[in-house]
Amino acid sequence: MKKSSTLALEDGSGSEIRTSDAGRPAAGRKSKSLVRKELGHMKRNRELMLLSAPGILYQLIFAYLPMVGLIIAFKNYRYDLGMFGSKWVGLDNFKYLFSTDAAWRITRNTVLYNLGYMLITTIAALLLAVLLNEIKAKWTRFYQTALFLPHFLSWVLVGYIAYAFLNHADGFINRTLEALGMAPVSWYQDSDPWPFILILVHLWKAVGFTTLIYFAGIMGISGDYYEAARIDGATKRQMAMKITVPLLSPLIVIMLILSIGNMFRGDFGLHYFIPNNSGFLFSSTDVIDTYVYRALREVGNVSMSAATGLYQSVVGFVLVLLANGIVRRINPDHSMW
Amino acid sequence: MGKSSKLQQSSIHILFIVLSIVVVLPFLLVIAVSLTDEKTLTAYGYQFIPRVFSADAYRYMFESPEVLLRAYGVTLLVTVAGTLSGLLVTAMTAYVVSRQDYRYNRLTTFYVFFTMLFSGGLVPSYILITQYLHLKDSLLALILPVLLSPFNVIVMKGFLSKLPFEIVESAKIDGAREFNIFFRIILPLSTPALATLGLLISFAYWNEWFNAMLYIDDPNKVPLQLLLVRTLNSIEFLTSNSEFSQQVGIDLADFPNNSARMAIAVLAGGPMLVVFPFFQRFFVKGLTVGSLKG
Repeated sequence: MKKSSTLALEDGSGSEIRTSDAGRPAAGRKSKSLVRKELGHMKRNRELMLLSAPGILYQLIFAYLPMVGLIIAFKNYRYDLGMFGSKWVGLDNFKYLFSTDAAWRITRNTVLYNLGYMLITTIAALLLAVLLNEIKAKWTRFYQTALFLPHFLSWVLVGYIAYAFLNHADGFINRTLEALGMAPVSWYQDSDPWPFILILVHLWKAVGFTTLIYFAGIMGISGDYYEAARIDGATKRQMAMKITVPLLSPLIVIMLILSIGNMFRGDFGLHYFIPNNSGFLFSSTDVIDTYVYRALREVGNVSMSAATGLYQSVVGFVLVLLANGIVRRINPDHSMW
Repeated sequence: MGKSSKLQQSSIHILFIVLSIVVVLPFLLVIAVSLTDEKTLTAYGYQFIPRVFSADAYRYMFESPEVLLRAYGVTLLVTVAGTLSGLLVTAMTAYVVSRQDYRYNRLTTFYVFFTMLFSGGLVPSYILITQYLHLKDSLLALILPVLLSPFNVIVMKGFLSKLPFEIVESAKIDGAREFNIFFRIILPLSTPALATLGLLISFAYWNEWFNAMLYIDDPNKVPLQLLLVRTLNSIEFLTSNSEFSQQVGIDLADFPNNSARMAIAVLAGGPMLVVFPFFQRFFVKGLTVGSLKG
């Protein structure tokens, strides 16, 4: 993937076809031979082209056509008039979106939650991976499986677990609070504790998987480094900080770039099922993705939903480019392209 | 490398044992509630150890298993069909992208991976699938949106790039056509990667609920995860199903709402929770195959 995106734009083997297709009369003869040459190339490559055709067609329909559909964001979409029949309204949908509190709320929530998830999960997973490396392999298997277990649950099922703990009347936490003589909390109506709940649930679900990724990275580090450090009298902590973490840094950086690129993408399942889509909690649980879903399915404001989605895509795109650009400036080997 | 001292070792063990218990406990609460007598649940709340044990919730489920079984059927069908076709398209695309001698290599790579950076988002896809492809209430609406992910193409490409190019070259000298090279030589050599990817894809299909929430209304086409979504919102989704209530001879006023809800979670989520962990190393491998660069 490294050179592809930049080089494809620069020398663009594809742009050759396009210019020759346009067939400017001034360059008539030259372009004709170029067309012929390109057709010859295509003929020689036709079998590989055919092999890639299903994937290309798929991407065209399910990824590129929806990009054209983004014009909905600039229209007042009505199902009966269709995508092209609906009226243009310019930037009205965006003006409306940013005139409400919602825009600020969902942007803040999405970014802050993702930052929180990223920092806490990365630190916890790194710590656990380093510790896991200190004990005998026989036991690590067992711990890995236990920590990894939540990864296999869908968010819907996690929603059931959260419900068993949090439901107001019979939930485990409220009944325990009562038994201890404390007042029960209406978890699905009180928005204050939700940042902690969501971060905890996310950590519970993600930490095992992330730990295993870093642990696999540590296993790939040559034992010679540690041997040499031991001979020089390094402590365990020094080895972890001076050998393990620096040698893991490419992996850490890749994981961080991926999360920065996704900084604007809320985790729909986590933010929809764990708070049980409760309206009382939106101030502290609503993220862009849940807002877009509700605007589309529950409120039925299609254009507004599309406008929010476009805002998310554009900012997300800029964030990925920025993150990659910064990393490339610091250390080109760590960048994604 | 040198391991830590005995004391350090045992404190790390204690930490991990405590962590493992904390992580697994929430599962046990759901199982415990599903096995607790309904009246006890209302009297004492959800507890880890059932005061009065009862398998009523499961009895109801097994007396009228049609709804659950059909959901299993739909999920199984979607998972098998989606995994097989997804795997084929992913492998074909990744193979072409991995061929450095292919003239349109960079163009294709950019075309496939650009969609990871920028996407049209939910609404245009929703309009496309419901208004133009008319896939509302079609199982294709569950299969197609998940079929090909650029990320899986990267994973597969990472594997294919490590195969020696000489294999392709010598096959070409022998006069083999690209199709034969791919299907007869490359695919059989890729079985380890295909197994890993197949697992990742089938896992994605099995746990898919988003597209089902968007596109499936027909009760006959509800997959497992959507059944769970509906039941989480209201257990009535199950009890109001005429097929279900007719089968269950007992008065529905006695229906154990609380424990049945958790019993559905156990029956729908349990089996795969036993199966998938056996393959956990594949999940890690899928993410760490080579670097992202090629």
